[in-house]
Amino acid sequence: MNTSALITMICAQGIVVSFAVYFFYKVLTIPSKQEPDSYSENDEELVRQHEEK
Amino acid sequence: MSTKADSWGSRVGLILAMAGNAVGLGNFLRFPVQAVQNGGGAFIIPYLICFLVMGIPLLFIEWSSGRFGGRTGNHSTPYILDSMVKGRIWKYIGVFGIFTNIAVAAYYCYIESWTMSYVYHTLIGTFDGMSQANVAGFFNSYVDVAHSTTGIPYESVVFYIICLVLNTFILSKGLGGIEKVAKIGMPLLILFGVVLAVRGLTLGTSGASEIFPDANAWDGLNFLWTPQYDSLTSPKVWLAAAGQIFFTLSVGMGTIHCYAAYVRSKDDIALNAVSAGFMNEFVEVVLGSLIVIPIAAGYLGLDWVIQNAGFGMAFQTMPYLFQQWGPSLAIIAGVCWFGLLFFAGITSSLAMGTPWMGFMQDEFGWTKNKGAWSFGALVLVMGLPTVIFYKEGLFDQYDYWAGTVSLVVFAFLETILFSYIFGIKKGWAEINMGADIKIPGFYKYIILIVTPALLGWVLISSIPDWIEKIKDSDTNNKEWFASEFYAENFVDTDKIVDKSIFNELKNQSGKIVEVNNQFVKIEFVNYKKIFDKETEKTKEIIFTDFKEYSFDADKNQIVTVVKGDVVKPNDVIATGDFTNNTLYKFSGRMLLLSLFAFISLIVYFAYKKRVREGRATA
Repeated sequence: MNTSALITMICAQGIVVSFAVYFFYKVLTIPSKQEPDSYSENDEELVRQHEEK
Repeated sequence: MSTKADSWGSRVGLILAMAGNAVGLGNFLRFPVQAVQNGGGAFIIPYLICFLVMGIPLLFIEWSSGRFGGRTGNHSTPYILDSMVKGRIWKYIGVFGIFTNIAVAAYYCYIESWTMSYVYHTLIGTFDGMSQANVAGFFNSYVDVAHSTTGIPYESVVFYIICLVLNTFILSKGLGGIEKVAKIGMPLLILFGVVLAVRGLTLGTSGASEIFPDANAWDGLNFLWTPQYDSLTSPKVWLAAAGQIFFTLSVGMGTIHCYAAYVRSKDDIALNAVSAGFMNEFVEVVLGSLIVIPIAAGYLGLDWVIQNAGFGMAFQTMPYLFQQWGPSLAIIAGVCWFGLLFFAGITSSLAMGTPWMGFMQDEFGWTKNKGAWSFGALVLVMGLPTVIFYKEGLFDQYDYWAGTVSLVVFAFLETILFSYIFGIKKGWAEINMGADIKIPGFYKYIILIVTPALLGWVLISSIPDWIEKIKDSDTNNKEWFASEFYAENFVDTDKIVDKSIFNELKNQSGKIVEVNNQFVKIEFVNYKKIFDKETEKTKEIIFTDFKEYSFDADKNQIVTVVKGDVVKPNDVIATGDFTNNTLYKFSGRMLLLSLFAFISLIVYFAYKKRVREGRATA
């Protein structure tokens, strides 16, 4: 591949992969909201976000 | 009336289902073709900008509208829009959000059934030893309903029905069924995609053959990614980028609203929306760009790719290319490729069933089972004509009017509703309610100004094309029933860029080189694009091409020209009894109109029911 094509590909794909991984990581690590929430499988989980006042 | 609403099992499941809804066949087939046709590497710049200023805002709008409607027990667009503003008309605008899904599912399931069938044919070795022409011919035989490639009568119809029954069965299990398929399908899709992408990246010149000695996968990647900055000033490229973003995210369909309607007010939608959106972009920009184009360029050469890049490559070319990897790898690659397309398809087609099911459950208390099987029946009624009359162009009418036009119309209207009627202040608050990320404030103004303006531009730019479609401008045989058959245009001169070539080809004519009572072969001058390695740009060249027409003796069709005759478009070349494709195309448009009217009527009955129950909005 020529240099400019390689740079464009790596930059474009790098940006997309970075954001995709970053946002999905946040989804996986942010604690759930207090029950009742929208999801049925996490009803037994204890670690949750504090309720907004 | 409302029965107990369904719910999502987990947040990851919802995001995978939403990403699965967005990831479709277009990620692997439409995106690379658009990039090839619009300046290679430079296309990615307008594409990513459009993703940020149109794609992400539309995702925010649809997720938040859906969650807002869900709060009042509405899970499909007619009453989601109705719950957002006063005014009776909006629930009928919301009909688009059910109509589009049923109409698109009708033909989308057909493509999905091809992927199922091609997995089967890969496993039994149908493509072993086939030439490229034979693989292309196999596809043409497959979509000819009367012809069977396996001995199963009406094979394409059988596979279509199997595919539809599978979709309907999963839908009857509700959101849980959809979530399970997404949790299995999306990781498998990514795995299959990575396997093929690695091959695309490492193929290099090893696929060159005697017929295509210059074939080189790197040429494909170079062409796809080398920036041609002059194309950045072309409105056509920006329009193509906006269009691609629009279709890849499955916005303007009503499915996102429906999925989001099952999310509670306090739960996040902002992070969910960008996470699902970027997951779709990963599949498209990373995997989508590394499979079809480099693999095809690696075996057939870049010029072949530029000339033939299109949707048909998936089924008419890829099985032949996989054969070059040896018998065992061909099976693995074929299963990966068609399996990947199948999962991309089914996660989208399942989403298309939910708005109808949600509406019937909300308004008439239908169970999931009843909703799913009624959806299957509607899709079957709408879809069988696309299967049976595929070659007559009915399929393309569905794809154009339901899969393209109504998406743009609905997205434009919902954006205007959200930004100016519901109001950006309320809308912005709704997007940020319960958000797990802080959305930059300038997005408020993008949603208010840039997104509607871009959508309006896409909408207005496409209107001349609607008129051309209605007028059937693509054919010279416009009458439904005719006694004469006219020669079609030889070249689409509108797309020629080089003026000297345009001048040479504008007075199109062809010479009859082979003829019998029911067959004509015409020689004419055509043009094609090739890649000039010196300038690293495409250029147009002319070449001698041929066009063939076959006629049916049973319908008294007989050729009226003789060898050596010079014919022009619109000249009579045969007489007899002809039923032209315009009849089927018109029927397709009428079927779609009937479907829209039918759903509008159901929405009207639902409204009357709400009035009787004292639940109707003012």
